[in-house]
Amino acid sequence: MTHVLEARNLMRDYHVPGSLFRKARTVHALKGVSFKLDEGKTLAIVGESGCGKSTLGRILTLIDPATSGELLIDGRKVDIATERLTPEMRRKVQIVFQNPYGSLNPRQKIGDILAEPLVINTEVPAAERRDRAMAMLKKVGLEEKHYNRYPHMFSGGQRQRIAIARALMLNPKLLVLDEPVSALDLSVQAQVLNLLADLQDEFKLTYVFISHDLSVVRYIANDVMVMYYGEAVEYGSRDEVFSDPQHSYTKTLFAATPRADVASIKARLASKDAA
Amino acid sequence: MALLEIENLVVEFQTASGPFRAVDGVSLNVNKGEVLAIVGESGSGKSVSMLAAMGLLPWTANVTADRLTFDGRNLLTMSAADRRKIVGKEIAMIFQEPIASLNPCFTVGFQIEEVLRVHLRLDRSARRKRAIELFEAVGIPDPAERLRHFPHQMSGGQCQRVMIAIALACNPKLLIADEPTTALDVTIQKQILDLLMKLQAEHGMGLIMITHNMGVVAETADRVVVQYKGRKIEEADVLSLFESPKSNYTRALLAALPENATGDRLPTISELFNDQQILEGASR
Repeated sequence: MTHVLEARNLMRDYHVPGSLFRKARTVHALKGVSFKLDEGKTLAIVGESGCGKSTLGRILTLIDPATSGELLIDGRKVDIATERLTPEMRRKVQIVFQNPYGSLNPRQKIGDILAEPLVINTEVPAAERRDRAMAMLKKVGLEEKHYNRYPHMFSGGQRQRIAIARALMLNPKLLVLDEPVSALDLSVQAQVLNLLADLQDEFKLTYVFISHDLSVVRYIANDVMVMYYGEAVEYGSRDEVFSDPQHSYTKTLFAATPRADVASIKARLASKDAA
Repeated sequence: MALLEIENLVVEFQTASGPFRAVDGVSLNVNKGEVLAIVGESGSGKSVSMLAAMGLLPWTANVTADRLTFDGRNLLTMSAADRRKIVGKEIAMIFQEPIASLNPCFTVGFQIEEVLRVHLRLDRSARRKRAIELFEAVGIPDPAERLRHFPHQMSGGQCQRVMIAIALACNPKLLIADEPTTALDVTIQKQILDLLMKLQAEHGMGLIMITHNMGVVAETADRVVVQYKGRKIEEADVLSLFESPKSNYTRALLAALPENATGDRLPTISELFNDQQILEGASR
């Protein structure tokens, strides 16, 4: 059986050019990452800023090429460094960015934002583009009247819904979600997570969920990969990673996550009284 | 007597479509040496009520209150000049975006010494000595060297430490931390929260922690005020808030935490309660 997504020893170097005052140097952002992901599953990538998780996201979304290693999508090897990205490949992978305030063009109406991927990657006629955008708008919980509005007229949660709708316009198989809920309020976060779960069931979507919030990861992921300085230090099923973390960094990460349960509050208050 | 007492605070902004009430009758007080968390989602008025107390809102804001005192002094009738002597010295504030709240054009050393010069009128060598002391207290390695750095040369966590050092420069009686760790990684968040709690205990400061993160509340607060749409919904000590929340809204907030999820779906607040049901429990 082929996997929807397979990465074999992906690496990515960034060359920082030198100047009069500084020598050129190479940053190894990604030092050999491998994983496999089946249809309809969610892989969560966890790590702190600078660990290479967004670099990996960009490679998986076919925005940047990997320096070395192989990337297989639907069992087919893709290398955008040597061959042009075909519209057919673009249709398979889409991305939702972290900041819904920055990822939508403020001068485009919502309808045009949603139709744009179809204009670029398909030859669907205008009338059908409009119908499909309208249908997708309703699918993500917005209304028809929102079609002609501009992004600034929406709240953060609604904008993230729009960004998700845009990503789904091409019926992708794989969706890379780069911190999709970290800019949102708790109650809105719950709504967007529910929406993502519903859409995954309906369209058999495969998610790569990039996040630093372990409680969200624990809720949504099937597999978890923990990254640290460009390396995958831990990779396994959610239950394995959460019940029995192997790497010291994973343990540090778990220990640092604030806990909102009654038992840990009692423990904290007790130790405070003792002090 | 409480350190900061706020009674029936109302803040209105003049907008093109009429006045907008951002804070609607909030009362709260903070005691010396106490950690109060103010929890709420965006638009709940949690930051605005604190900015109003410090007098940092723009002129379009209309602030009224039955009582607004700090350390027994009335902040409402105080002249702007007198207020400036208190703000930054006895009440200090740290903000969400550490890198954005430091001035990129000056070294961090200049920015911390500025506070010492304006409020304490220390001379040059005393300023420098105190700045190094403060950097050591907040755990910045090699402080003498670091004073010469600009904000862009430091990481977000280091910048937040600088912000904390600046806030603590005059040994404030009250520290207001507005989402101090939202922009930081969890491991750094843990460090900053531990640091804040340590300094709070050492100095016996009052600390107001404004946050939307229930985990941060659970880890730091003694007492909690929950706000929604400018109204105070609930006030309780931290244990009873998590153990037996009184209001619909707090219950819904806790249910929406992913770690409390029981089934496949997260209960969302709008599914559980409408605005009316949330606000009718609001305490004045």
